[in-house]
Amino acid sequence: MSEIVVAGITKAWGGVVAVDRVSFTARAGELLVLLGPSGCGKSTTLRLIAGLEEATAGTVQIGGRDVTQLPPSARQIAMVFQSYALFPHLTVAENIVFGLKVRRVPAAERARRLQRVAELVGLAQLLERKPAQLSGGQRQRVALGRAIIAEAPVCLMDEPLSNLDAQLRQEMRAEIRALQQRLGMTMVYVTHDQTEAMTMADQIILLREGRIEHSASPDEIYARPATSFTARFIGTPPMNLLRLADSLGGAAIAASNGPAVLAGHGEAMLLGIRPEHLRIANVGGVTAEVVASEYLGADTVVQCRIGDQSLSVRGAGHLRLGKGTPVRLTWSAEDAHLFDASSGQRRTDGPAMLAP
Amino acid sequence: MRSKGWGVLIAGPRAGARVTRSARNMAHLYGWLLLLPAAALLALFTHYPALGTIYHSFYSTPRANRPSVYVGLDNYQSMVEDPVFWQAVTNNLIFCIGTIPASIALALLMAVWVNGKIRGRGLLRTAFFTPTILPMIAVANIWMFFYTPDYGLIDQIRGLFGLPGFNWLGTRNTALWCLIVVTVWKEAGFFMIFYLAALQQIPPDLSEAAAIEGSSRWYFFRRVTFPLLMPTTLFVLVNAVINSFRMVDHVVVMTRGGPDNATSLLLFHIYEVGFKFWDVGYAAALTVVLLAVLALVALGQFFALDRRIHYR
Repeated sequence: MSEIVVAGITKAWGGVVAVDRVSFTARAGELLVLLGPSGCGKSTTLRLIAGLEEATAGTVQIGGRDVTQLPPSARQIAMVFQSYALFPHLTVAENIVFGLKVRRVPAAERARRLQRVAELVGLAQLLERKPAQLSGGQRQRVALGRAIIAEAPVCLMDEPLSNLDAQLRQEMRAEIRALQQRLGMTMVYVTHDQTEAMTMADQIILLREGRIEHSASPDEIYARPATSFTARFIGTPPMNLLRLADSLGGAAIAASNGPAVLAGHGEAMLLGIRPEHLRIANVGGVTAEVVASEYLGADTVVQCRIGDQSLSVRGAGHLRLGKGTPVRLTWSAEDAHLFDASSGQRRTDGPAMLAP
Repeated sequence: MRSKGWGVLIAGPRAGARVTRSARNMAHLYGWLLLLPAAALLALFTHYPALGTIYHSFYSTPRANRPSVYVGLDNYQSMVEDPVFWQAVTNNLIFCIGTIPASIALALLMAVWVNGKIRGRGLLRTAFFTPTILPMIAVANIWMFFYTPDYGLIDQIRGLFGLPGFNWLGTRNTALWCLIVVTVWKEAGFFMIFYLAALQQIPPDLSEAAAIEGSSRWYFFRRVTFPLLMPTTLFVLVNAVINSFRMVDHVVVMTRGGPDNATSLLLFHIYEVGFKFWDVGYAAALTVVLLAVLALVALGQFFALDRRIHYR
């Protein structure tokens, strides 16, 4: 099958290491997302898999075959570029069948496959147009059509939706995912948008400065982030990370007068709680002060402050809380995360969490 | 068209508001005033002489004892009967066929080469462009030394193989081809710059996308690069055609049309008729024919090729 195995792949330009010993496996028929901030090496990793860059070290296997030394055309892959890379002087139809013509697929076969792909990506009416006469979403579909007509078992996507508006992006997200599952392609998808990663991926690989920060399923990466970087990167608004200080009966949030949230030493550790797991209570909890609130329709994100630390709270509906209002915040012990303040690593050996 | 454009531009900020007739007239006046300096120069030095030439081509050449008189198509009649004119036309056609495709092909080849990632790319680009910077007179003089019988570069090299000296510029069969080689050498570097600029406008993802589809470099060049360079090719082609009728410097320096008119190009013939034999009426008629031919060729190129060219 068309499993992709990347082992210890490294890419360096002069002294600058863009990708540093990255290893992962994309199982056949799986959608794997390479996620990370700009400059983290995700696009370079994709280009290494495609063969558009030469690896400094490490290997790439596609379908059990070592392709590290092979040119892109011999790797049996299709690719969609961020800029779409459509040929501006060719019509939609000519763009889509470009690769088939290169491979000398007979004309009848080409026409048959073009017909099928055009319907699949919704371009049947636009085949005679030139790319300049298409909207951004339609160009995206042409690029998609060109990638799937080859019937390559592996499809690589480099930020394919970043040039589209928010509405269209949401539609295309679902469409690409549906297409990938229907055709059973193994897909490696590069994005900086964590929403895309969460909604589409079977497996997310979060990269940071050329290294893998965390590799897991969307569920896992959201529920048990391996590092504080992952915790902040996944989820909007990001997870609150609060410094702790030892107090009576364990550790409390630094500069709060509230109860202990950790049954033991809390120095040099960060408490992580997602905004959606914080609740505003009438009694008990940790006291905070409202700084600002953002009404989003379905819910409200309230910016609060505990001493010099800020945190956000997500509540359903429209919470009308003026600046300076004191609120009491509570959460369940199982929703709290503990990270090492200096290394950022998740602490599983720490003291037990306490609900305030 | 142009005056309308100016009017819109100037009235623009007030669009939607009521634009009175006098304000619109003012806008037109303003536009024309801005155009006036350039238009005046064009009229004085281009349009008036062109019309003057057509006028003079219908008159005889004024002599000291006989003023110019209207002669109708007599000048054109003698042109048809003038064997030197037909020799110049033939020479010029051979010159076009010899220089235009060769200089364009060479320019494209050099541009593709120096567009790649190679060592010493800057040096190579400079080297290719150098002939363009040199004045044609200097180029012609340099090549004179190459072509000199016995002592010239070419004959010296031939001498190494035991071949005898040869008078390249003094022989009917080779003289015109010698000029063609000089012209190609001079023009190709100039055209290369346009191709290089156009090549750098083509996004690199296109070749990457094609590489993933398995296309060879030649296939990519044929299906993508070359079609995308067509606007440049048309521009270069028009320039090459005009230049092949326009350049006489090398003829003046190297052969003066000889031997036996073998290198007389149309413009050189006009120059000789007009300023050596002082037959200005006939020279005017020749000029009109040259201009008409150039206009026809340029129009033909635009209309025939333009429709098949993709402009971004």
